[in-house]
Amino acid sequence: MIRTAWLVAKKDLLIERRSRVLLWQVVPFGAIALLLSGLALGPTHAGHSSAGPGLFYLVMLFVALLMINRSYVIESTPGTRASVQTLGLDPAGVFLGKSLALCVELWLSGLVLLAGTVLVLHTALHGALLALPSVLVTLAAMAAAGTLYGALTAGGEGAATLLPVLTLPAFAPLLVAGERSFSAALTHSGLWEWWLILAVALVAYVGVGILLYGVLEES
Amino acid sequence: MPKGLVVALREAVVLSSGFPLLSGVNLELEAQSLSVITGANGAGKTSLLRLLAGLVSLSSGEGTVAGVDLAKGDLRQLRRRVGWLGHEGSFYNDLSVRENLVFAASALARPLKDIDSVLERVGLRSRLETTTKALSAGQRRRLGLAWLLLRRAELWLLDEPYASLDEQGRVFFDALLADVVDAGATVILSAHDPLRSATLRPRQIVLRGGRVESDDS
Repeated sequence: MIRTAWLVAKKDLLIERRSRVLLWQVVPFGAIALLLSGLALGPTHAGHSSAGPGLFYLVMLFVALLMINRSYVIESTPGTRASVQTLGLDPAGVFLGKSLALCVELWLSGLVLLAGTVLVLHTALHGALLALPSVLVTLAAMAAAGTLYGALTAGGEGAATLLPVLTLPAFAPLLVAGERSFSAALTHSGLWEWWLILAVALVAYVGVGILLYGVLEES
Repeated sequence: MPKGLVVALREAVVLSSGFPLLSGVNLELEAQSLSVITGANGAGKTSLLRLLAGLVSLSSGEGTVAGVDLAKGDLRQLRRRVGWLGHEGSFYNDLSVRENLVFAASALARPLKDIDSVLERVGLRSRLETTTKALSAGQRRRLGLAWLLLRRAELWLLDEPYASLDEQGRVFFDALLADVVDAGATVILSAHDPLRSATLRPRQIVLRGGRVESDDS
C-alpha cells in the first residue's frame, strides 16, 4: 500500500510539475481572489484583519475544488483509465497517493495565500505563523476528503458541478474549524480544541478513504 | 473450462444503463492463439474486449477468462494478467515516454532495466525523453506495445491497434504479434475489417448486434 501510495503521489506531482497548472493557473487565481476580497472589504485595516481567516479559507476552498478536479482530469484521458486499471494497483494505496499529492499542492498554494493574507488583508504575521500548523492539518484533511469525493464524481457527466455540491458537507466542518483555529491564533485564545477536531477529521477521512476508495473506483 | 482455453463465454450479456452492449455471446478461445474480432461500429467489439479485460461486469450468462470467473471471481486479479491497449492511447500525456514506462514497470514490480530493451524493440529508443503528447499517433501505438511488452501479459487485448498505422507500422505490428504468440501469449484484437496480413493467419470472429455472427474456427 505504501509503495503504491508513493508511486501514485510521485506520478501526480511529476505531472503537476510538468503541466504547471498549479503555478500558472490555480495560484494566480487564488491570489487574485484574495486581492479582490481585500478590495471588496474597503480600506479599513481592522475589518481586513478580522475577516482574514475566513477569506483565506474561502479562497482555499475554491483552490481545493480546482485541484481536486485537476487530480482526476489527468486520469480521464481516454484509454488511460483502462490501462491504469489493468495495472491492478491497490486502491488504498492509490487513495493515499492521490491524497498526498493533493495535500502537497494545497500546502504550497496555502503558503502562498497565507503570505497573501498577511500582505493584502493585513493579518498579523505572528498570528499567521501561529496558525500555520492548523492550516496544514486543515488542508491535509481537505485533501483526503477531496480525493474521496473526487473519485465519486470522476468520469461522470457534470463532475465539475457535482463536486462542490457533494464536498460541501464534508468541507464545511473543516472550514469552520480551520477558520476558528486561525482566528484563535490571531487572538491567542483556545487553539487546542480546534486542532483536536481537525486532527480527528483528518484521521477519519483518511480511514474512510482507505476503506472505501476501492468501492468508489469500481462503481 | 476445458484445459487450454483462455476465454470461455456462454450467453454473456453486458448491459450499460439497461442497454445491451453484448446480448448473448458464446465464444471459446484457445491459449497461444491470435483472434481478430470484426464488426461494424456498435457491434460490441470494444465491449467484448473490456469484458475480457475485467473492465466491465457480466450482467448475465457465464464467463471465464484466464481461469477467473467473470461473475464471481476477483476482476482485479484478472486485470493484472491482461494487457490492454485502447485505440485512444493509454498514457499520461504530460509524462515522457520513459516516465510512463517507469510508472507501469514500478506498479507491476518489473525491473526498470527492461525499459531500454523494450523501447529498442518498438523503435522508440530515441524518444525516451519525449513527452507523450508530442508523439505521433503511430508512435503512441508503439509506446502502447512497449507498455504491453514490459508487462509480459499472458492475454493481450488490443482495441483497433491498426488504426493510424502506416504500412511499415502494420508490418512491424504483424511481426511483433507473431512473436508474442510464439512466446506463449494469447492475442485478441478488434478491427473494423477482416485482417489483411501477409504473415498472420488469425481466427476471424464477426460480431453483429452484440452477438457472434460468424466464427471461422
